[in-house]
Amino acid sequence: MNHFIFIFIQALPFLLKGLEFTLELAFISIIVGFGIGMFTAIERVYGGKLAYGFSTAYVEIIRGTPLLVQLFIIYFSLPQIGIHFSPLVASVISFSLNSGAYQAEYIRGAMQSVEKGQMKAAISMGMTKWQAIRLVIMPQALRKVLPSWTNEFVYLVKYTSLAYLVGVPELMAQGEFVASRNFEFMDVFLGVALIYLMVILTITWAFSFVEKRIKIPGV
Amino acid sequence: MQLFLSSISILLKSTGTTVELTVASIFLGTVVAIFVALGQVYGNLWIKIVATVYERTTRSIPILIIMFMIFFGFPSMGIRFEPFVAAVLALGLRSSAYQSQIFRGSLLAVSKGQILAARSLGMTEIQVFFHVTFPQAIRFSIAPLTNEFTIVLKDTSIAYAIGVTELLREGTYIVSTSYEPLLIYSMCAAIYFVITFGTNKFVSIAEKKFSIPGYEIRGVERA
Repeated sequence: MNHFIFIFIQALPFLLKGLEFTLELAFISIIVGFGIGMFTAIERVYGGKLAYGFSTAYVEIIRGTPLLVQLFIIYFSLPQIGIHFSPLVASVISFSLNSGAYQAEYIRGAMQSVEKGQMKAAISMGMTKWQAIRLVIMPQALRKVLPSWTNEFVYLVKYTSLAYLVGVPELMAQGEFVASRNFEFMDVFLGVALIYLMVILTITWAFSFVEKRIKIPGV
Repeated sequence: MQLFLSSISILLKSTGTTVELTVASIFLGTVVAIFVALGQVYGNLWIKIVATVYERTTRSIPILIIMFMIFFGFPSMGIRFEPFVAAVLALGLRSSAYQSQIFRGSLLAVSKGQILAARSLGMTEIQVFFHVTFPQAIRFSIAPLTNEFTIVLKDTSIAYAIGVTELLREGTYIVSTSYEPLLIYSMCAAIYFVITFGTNKFVSIAEKKFSIPGYEIRGVERA
């Protein structure tokens, strides 16, 4: 135990530097992914045939293939047709696209769980469709989506560790770097796992707090 | 085109490894998950605490870390695993945490009234479990289990990192000799897609066939 604490404290400066990248990756991707998800979900629920087709294809293809393969396509394959990204940018793009597809599914589910009558009522009161989505459907849907959205955020934080495989110096990469210097693989990786655990517990706790705060009683 | 034909057979062969990895991990996961779920639902306080801590921590650690701990960490304690075995252990243990939640959810989804009714008809606890709770719970868990299967299938690609020659690594080998990453990685993606999509379609048919009318439940879950 003492040994572990010693190794952990020694590795901590490196790991915290990596944590910065991990959080950066996760925050940017979840936000960009949210934008993509919102757009895709609205297209899937209220869009025309073409928009529905495209957004469904996007969601199905992303959800049907591994994130690592998507990352490899963006980082290793796109240069072949002349598009070059730095490891960090490639990771953000693939995480955002991936998360966007999942978030779209969550948001779509939440939007469809708002009763159909409300949309009709809003339109019959003279609102445009866009107003109804913005003022009636979304405020309810976004509250309903929060628990699964938190889940998605947690997944994303964990999957940012894959950025290590294309050379982003995030938490996992820093851990690997420290471990291969002092050969204390078990202790260093336990330390890395501990940091991920802390981050994820904090996120879960924070969002369950938010969820309680924005709850509308009775809805 | 030449490359496509020559690599498709190699890729399909390594798809076999991917599927083996998936099936072995799911199997290990199910076995562990059954104990965790039973512990969480029927266990006493201590068993509940241990099962819940196991489930929470395993779900909070990235699969890549679990894999590295097992593959690189355990040798320092004198236990050495083949890459394939390490990958199965990592994927299986992580899957067990998720599967335990599926089983726990489906066990609790069977309404209390039915259990009370069965008990009042004179059935023993064990009889109630096998004749009332279990047959319904297993049906409730089909849809989420398919989801879990596709999650594990996709995450076997992470075994690439510890050197298991599965689909993605085989693809990388071909890329390093042919310099055609776009074609090869797209082929890998297509193979993964066909398997996950096919499984989902197949299971949703099976689900309809075995469903008890009036008892269908489905939800959106991370796949």
